[in-house]
Amino acid sequence: MQIIQPHYHAIARTAQDYERMAMSGVVAVAEPAFWAGFDRLYPETFLDYFRQISEFEPTRAAEYGIKHYCWVAVNPKEAENPELSREVLKHMPEFYEKPTVLGVGEIGFHKTTKNEEEIFEAQVEQAIKYDQLILIHTPHLQDKVRGTKRTLEVLSHMNVNPERVWIDHVEEHTIREPLEAGYWVGFTLYPVTKCSPKRAVDMLEMYGHERILVNSSADWGPSDPFTLQQCVVQFRARGYSVQDAIEIFHNNPARFLGQNPKFDIKPIQLETIEDEISSNLV
Amino acid sequence: MMQTALQVLDREYLEARCSLLEIAAALDRIDRASDEEESNDFNDSRLDLLNQAIALLTEKSHLPNRSERMLLLFSDLD
Repeated sequence: MQIIQPHYHAIARTAQDYERMAMSGVVAVAEPAFWAGFDRLYPETFLDYFRQISEFEPTRAAEYGIKHYCWVAVNPKEAENPELSREVLKHMPEFYEKPTVLGVGEIGFHKTTKNEEEIFEAQVEQAIKYDQLILIHTPHLQDKVRGTKRTLEVLSHMNVNPERVWIDHVEEHTIREPLEAGYWVGFTLYPVTKCSPKRAVDMLEMYGHERILVNSSADWGPSDPFTLQQCVVQFRARGYSVQDAIEIFHNNPARFLGQNPKFDIKPIQLETIEDEISSNLV
Repeated sequence: MMQTALQVLDREYLEARCSLLEIAAALDRIDRASDEEESNDFNDSRLDLLNQAIALLTEKSHLPNRSERMLLLFSDLD
């Protein structure tokens, strides 16, 4: 079955991940800009990082037949330094010209501070100005509700098209509001923190399949890219068809990311042999 | 040297949180499935055992051996 991994930090993973993902049906990954594990000191460090994810990673992924796309941004943790963030923002439009850059992300809140909010707004404004997709990180653990509510408040005062905004890392207590406001939402599957594959399938059953993305967000921390495939197995084990699974794990990311024409993987529909025979007869 | 309680909690908190969430989600899943059945009085002895085990966790007991007592609860001792 073909799968798109819409949130994947390839820079932190080995080529073996690409190989195993390819063997399990992954046809494309999208890599949001991320925190390196320490706060970067220089704007140029960010620019080299953007080059790595927009120039080097596509070639590494291509060796395994996987298409690699990316996003650029100052992530929420480093947005605590507005001066540095604004310097980086000045250069981000250069990357929107690159053939695999899909938008601005991940941005948003980590501790929901005033500095984070200032840079979050600045990046949303830039995304609107340059007609870029937007990917929003919501905080971890006990800060998630507060940060998600503030995210929605900030966005409500800005001229964003909710259909072009993906609010990520939602869980049972934060999914409803963004979904009802018309945004796309994402479940991030982690071995211990955030959401589990079973709980993700629960939410799919409760909230339907529209405007929902599922990803494993594999990064340099305790994480596993194959939580996404575990979720596919959980979904299928509950009796849903292969086409139902394709709608969620391939077609939904193709629909959201495909709003940027650079992402050229289209939704797919399984055809039965009977369908094929009858279409040949017509 | 043994770890302090704080060190153990630092190490165990997220995993324990995760396990509790999984149990909550599993019980929600059973609730939703039983709501969809014609009769809403779904019952099963295993569900009773799970509820007894959850109650055991919340006991204000000074007995430390929760895991042993829980396994005995799930054991056929007859």
